[in-house]
Amino acid sequence: MSNAKEIFLKEATTAAADGPQRIFINKALGGYYANRDIQKARFRDWERARDAASLAKWEAVNDLANTLETFVTKFESNGGKVHWARDAEEARQIMLRLIAAANAKAVVKSKCMTTEEIHLNDALEKAGYSVVESDLGEFIQQLRGEAPYHFVFPCMHVKREEISALFTKHLGTAATNSPEELTMIARRHLRQLYVDADVGITGANFLVAETGQISITENEGNARLTAALPRIHIALSGIEKVVKKLDDLSVLLPMLATAGAGQPMTCYNTLYSGPRKPGECDGPEEFHLVLLDNARTQLLADPEQRDSLHCIRCGACLNVCPIFKNIGGLAYGTTYQGPIGSVITPHLRGLKQWNHLSGASSLCGACTDACPVRIDLHHHLLHNRRNANQTSPTLFDRLFHRGFNFVISRPRLFALGGRVFRFTLPVLKKIPLPYLSAWLKTRDLPSAPAQSFRQQWKDSSHG
Amino acid sequence: MANARSEILSRIREALKVVAPKPHFKSEPHGNSAAQNAKPWLPDGGATMTARLDLLTENLAKLKANLIRVPDATAAQQALQSIAQAKHWKKVAYHSHPLVAPAVEALLCEKWEVTSSFDKQKLEACDAGVTSCEAIVAQLGSILVSSVSSGGRSLSILPHVHVVIATVDQVTADLEGCFSDMLARHGQKLPSMLSFITGPSRTGDIERILVLGAHGPKELYVILVG
Repeated sequence: MSNAKEIFLKEATTAAADGPQRIFINKALGGYYANRDIQKARFRDWERARDAASLAKWEAVNDLANTLETFVTKFESNGGKVHWARDAEEARQIMLRLIAAANAKAVVKSKCMTTEEIHLNDALEKAGYSVVESDLGEFIQQLRGEAPYHFVFPCMHVKREEISALFTKHLGTAATNSPEELTMIARRHLRQLYVDADVGITGANFLVAETGQISITENEGNARLTAALPRIHIALSGIEKVVKKLDDLSVLLPMLATAGAGQPMTCYNTLYSGPRKPGECDGPEEFHLVLLDNARTQLLADPEQRDSLHCIRCGACLNVCPIFKNIGGLAYGTTYQGPIGSVITPHLRGLKQWNHLSGASSLCGACTDACPVRIDLHHHLLHNRRNANQTSPTLFDRLFHRGFNFVISRPRLFALGGRVFRFTLPVLKKIPLPYLSAWLKTRDLPSAPAQSFRQQWKDSSHG
Repeated sequence: MANARSEILSRIREALKVVAPKPHFKSEPHGNSAAQNAKPWLPDGGATMTARLDLLTENLAKLKANLIRVPDATAAQQALQSIAQAKHWKKVAYHSHPLVAPAVEALLCEKWEVTSSFDKQKLEACDAGVTSCEAIVAQLGSILVSSVSSGGRSLSILPHVHVVIATVDQVTADLEGCFSDMLARHGQKLPSMLSFITGPSRTGDIERILVLGAHGPKELYVILVG
């Protein structure tokens, strides 16, 4: 059993048994469902909008090399600088170099899951820089020393009392029970940090090839401040975020908002096409974009699951997933949680170590129904299970399938086996069986029929 | 060290040698391409100006933004004055724009015009930032500001209140039309920042409970002239 799997099983079991926490998460998601449905109803045809969104991403991803080259040419003609990173280490080195060259001391960050993916904060702190997460949820998680629980709602599992205690401990503020006051504490604390920071780091939700702009979606305004006040703006993006035309965003931005948070449009959707231009009164002097592969091209090489690169990271699949709702986001142990995380993590970090996530699914298909870009998520979980079985089957799988093959291809042996099983079942039900006892703890084994199916068939008129 | 750019691009080209089938749809997502508005399945943006203004009014109300309709520039100036008085503003930042400057200059409090190389700290201490905008999108209730038309990047995000002064003819139906207008207006020279502002800054990070004014303005006023 892989180490990741062991941790997953332990964490998932604990989380699933925490009733009050599950109620808390479901209550938080209840508001999301209501708002999402109101906003979906404002689309004149949500299903056709999904078609269009999925097509826009398909066109870019299936022509990725050309689309990226167009984007990069345009981006650099606007005055920005592109850096390519084959993996997480290369991306960290590039960013450290840029920050060192800027003679920077303080770095302010807006929410960016790709920086979580490459563990940027650790690298920056080891190099002696102070790094502050400015998104409220990420700020809280940073103070807690914990990874984000959900890649859109990072601290949705934390209660206000805990946040109040956290702020008292780290910021020395008075205890309060009001989300409003807690938000204002963070606002006051972070404002000065934007003004003082030399470097601002952001992610990117979309890269627009037609215009060379990067698009950032956020609600709080922290990304706007991060890209406005520091001298240097560095953005990190996966190579799959590119779309061909600016007009593609007229579909993708409202869909991201509705699927992701039940909003008509996220509060700030900002397109950046370079550093401060002549005639503009502020903005960074330098604008860098780091384009990250980090095994995305491996996922691209699998035509069956290539559409998982269409993901716009809205988090809709997490919000409807019965597994996520029961085990929460931390148990996954991944940057990307929920169904999309279970699909892509084995590609990004190794099928053998991460295949167990594809088993943590009821295959109900709620994720596939929720996905605004129509990624075939629950089938991809099956594809991962199949691929894992083909490339590295477990000893149990190998023995089981060999035995099954042996018996099923010998009709007499099969019939004999069936008879033995029917007679011994009442006894078997009384003794605890290895492997089966966990399953049977909450389920009843049905009684065996008096006759086998083949006998019943023979006795009926068909025989 | 091999060139990362060429290595990644060749990995991509290699990966794409196996073609993924184009998604099959029951309906044609491109809609009626002959029509100007070819996305009849997105939220409605309003076919006439009256419909657009009604939609905008409804959307801004839902977003908890304040819309003030005024007949002319003088009334806009009065509207701004009464907000300033009601909120006891001491210091207001603005940029030079024919719609904005006269209205702000008539205010009784301290006024500060944001020009090149301003002091960030000073802007942070302002009660309000007053700007013009590029366009307003009725479909979503979004205000499009830019680093060119709205006094740079900070003026519309750093002060605690943001006031937008715009004219009725700046109201466009939908995002799609707004993008094509922007490309037509700026061509190859797009402002370094274009930002759609949809309501005052907000967060739901604490127990998914809505709080306004997370990092950006807590209040958003739109004074619409005409």
